[in-house]
Amino acid sequence: MNQGELVVKVGIADMKVIKSPLTIRTSGLGSCVGVVIYDKKMEIAGLAHIMLPDSALAKSGELNSAKFANTAIKELIRLITIQGGRIHALDAKIAGGAQMFPNLAGSDIMRIGPRNVEAVKDELNKHKIRILSSDVGGNKGRTIEFDPTTTFLTIRTVNEGVKSI
Amino acid sequence: MSFVTNIKSKHMDILQEIGNIGAGHSATALSTLLNKKIDMKVPVVRIVSFDEMMELAGGPEHIVASVFLRIEGDAPGSMFFMLSLTQASAFVRHLTGEMNETFEELISSELGLSALQELGNILSGSYLSSLSDFTSLNLYPTVPALSIDMVGAILGYGLLELSQVSDYAIIIDTEINEVEDRDSIKGHFFLLPDPDSFDKLFSSLGVINDESR
Repeated sequence: MNQGELVVKVGIADMKVIKSPLTIRTSGLGSCVGVVIYDKKMEIAGLAHIMLPDSALAKSGELNSAKFANTAIKELIRLITIQGGRIHALDAKIAGGAQMFPNLAGSDIMRIGPRNVEAVKDELNKHKIRILSSDVGGNKGRTIEFDPTTTFLTIRTVNEGVKSI
Repeated sequence: MSFVTNIKSKHMDILQEIGNIGAGHSATALSTLLNKKIDMKVPVVRIVSFDEMMELAGGPEHIVASVFLRIEGDAPGSMFFMLSLTQASAFVRHLTGEMNETFEELISSELGLSALQELGNILSGSYLSSLSDFTSLNLYPTVPALSIDMVGAILGYGLLELSQVSDYAIIIDTEINEVEDRDSIKGHFFLLPDPDSFDKLFSSLGVINDESR
């Protein structure tokens, strides 16, 4: 993974857009899903660290759009197009959505990982954005980094080391 | 910041006392288990953003051994007991008497993992039962689950209920450690009440959160 100063970090329930030669990273995805949407030719990429599937789950007025799949993807596309990304040219890569504690899966909220993945897929599909690769599910944490120059999504886990998809 | 704006200093004091009572009993239990003197720090109550909370536990990518359980009953919430990997292996070595094993060997052994799981059971169980006595609230733990993984991935679960209401968490953090050899056993309890539980905790202890909602 890129250790230089050119890495832009995205926190939990946060989103950002970058252009090459910068890369973009988010750390410690568990049940959360990291969604990268990018325009390969323009070398622009946006990353959202999504916690929950739907903003209907929000129980208070103010809304952080980066937190929910249905609002984050819409907003990320908007931010990418402002930076010069072309809607018809956007592709996506996704990772995360784990069940960190599978034996606690009794309650609804504990199955949030798979629900997040479904919601992200539905929302990308709604915007006609193809998912070119993904690494979702399981019961491990992931740190991901995307390089818009190569369009590689690098994924690091505790037990399985580093891979690129 | 929604519900957290109603938290005043009197409420912070109560939350700190909750950490004191709970972790105090856990420290006693650990002391009995290990036959060693265990010390605890004054609990710290913090209102933090989710990112700040990850930093509090060493950063989202930091790898920890953590026992997690959900609190059910009158005042639901999430609870974590976290140890660094070196401290987790020191504990397993102490409890099992296996001196020569590396950390990798320890955590890949059934015995090592079940020792850690049992540690979590005992400590979080005594934390919660003393809290239940203190507040006269019915609080039951789910079966604790052990995970050795990144802080972000683990704590994310404890934030799910809160994240539906707020971008901030109120966290009660208590550190316990061994008196003689401060590096060998040092753990953090993180107690994260669900948003609706705060009023119940406060009123059970005689302080009404008057301006709430």
